[in-house]
Amino acid sequence: MSIRVVLPAHLRQLAHCDREITLDSEPTMRGVIDALETSYPQLRGTIRDPATDRRRSFVRFFACEEDLSHEPLDAPLPGPVVEGREPILIVGAMAGG
Amino acid sequence: MTGVRVLVGTRKGAFVLTADGKRTEWQVDGPHFPGWEVYHVAASPIDPDLIWAAPSGGWFGQVIQRSQDGGRSWDAVGNEFRYASAVGEHQWYDGTLRPWEFTRVWHLAPSLTDRDVVHAGVQDAAMFRTSDGGATWEELPALREHESGPKWQPGAGGMCLHTIVLYPDNPQRMTIAISAAGVFTTEDGGASWRPRNQGLLSDGIPSPAAEVGHCVHNLAMHPSAPETLFMQKHWDVMRSDDGGGSWREISGNLPSDFGFPIAVHAHEPETVYVVPITSDSHHFPPEGKLRVYRSRTGGDEWEPLTSGLPQENCYVDILRDAMAVDSLDECGIYFGTTGGQVYASADAGDTWNAIVRDLPPVLSVEVQML
Repeated sequence: MSIRVVLPAHLRQLAHCDREITLDSEPTMRGVIDALETSYPQLRGTIRDPATDRRRSFVRFFACEEDLSHEPLDAPLPGPVVEGREPILIVGAMAGG
Repeated sequence: MTGVRVLVGTRKGAFVLTADGKRTEWQVDGPHFPGWEVYHVAASPIDPDLIWAAPSGGWFGQVIQRSQDGGRSWDAVGNEFRYASAVGEHQWYDGTLRPWEFTRVWHLAPSLTDRDVVHAGVQDAAMFRTSDGGATWEELPALREHESGPKWQPGAGGMCLHTIVLYPDNPQRMTIAISAAGVFTTEDGGASWRPRNQGLLSDGIPSPAAEVGHCVHNLAMHPSAPETLFMQKHWDVMRSDDGGGSWREISGNLPSDFGFPIAVHAHEPETVYVVPITSDSHHFPPEGKLRVYRSRTGGDEWEPLTSGLPQENCYVDILRDAMAVDSLDECGIYFGTTGGQVYASADAGDTWNAIVRDLPPVLSVEVQML
């Protein structure tokens, strides 16, 4: 399933990719992160801590104007994301940097 | 040798500064990894085109970058720093116990003999090693598992392993320093470690002369005199002539014996450099005057070096990894400030010039010969 993902500047720089990419992914956040780390190995560990598998606390997941950061990683993504009409936004929290 | 390359890590990226042997005209290249905190950039002593960098940040954690063309291009390599065994607990600032947690890489030490081997000192304090060119990193867990671990505590910057001294004649021997635990040495490549802090006195721990708990800021050693170590401690400049077995104070006439970096002249093992800072709360030079102090007697007697450095209204800090020397015939000295200046002296400290003035706060400075 094609999922659109928008990456923050730090990760685009690291992955040498465009702002928005499309991933062939299961329709869950875990699927998106797995597919992202497979396609761009240099992003491994930047979104979730490899030791704990937890989302980094200054990373947030948004889509369809909703905060998905605290949804279970295996929860289904919103319909507009699955249908390709909306992207997942991976965002560095405003407090970071 | 035809030139010098200065590798600068800053709060917002890395910079590569290059000059010929005269060291008067500098090319500034960067920022590399803009937006990332680069605690350290270090070159392989056996392959000058092989450079390692440790960008990290609060958002996205730790990455490791490697250049194989002298810093012109970079590739991300392995960045998984996983403690090799169940983590114990160390002291937190308030004296409670808290489990070890990896935060960042502070210092990279490329091997003197093998281009694929690099040691990494990290926060929370531990030693990691890659032997496959950075693809994977494995902890040398005996250090973190040392019986004194529960007495280690963080300095203001975190509980970090920030200094790694390598010995040209013995790859199995290393001396490291941790804030705030102290100095440890290994003679077996990291399989076992022993504390080397006898003679250190620190006010911030219940027993000032304790075996561990000291906030050592930096160590320096001249390769021709491997048993002599120089130390800038939180307070006190110290010296050991028995490989760290015992230490004596050499602060002498310094205006303050608080500071962060310490360096040894490339050709004179008894010529030492420090940058006095007023105190642990002020973190700026005494009297607003930026002065490097040089001792040509291995300590105790120090002279201020001021020519070309600001002598009024200067309130920057110089962090522990932000001073280095080159090995040209006339030894060059370099340091970076939290105000973004990188100063260089091509005459062993007698006169100084700013290579560049307005970088982000400088975290580290290393020098390599080309």
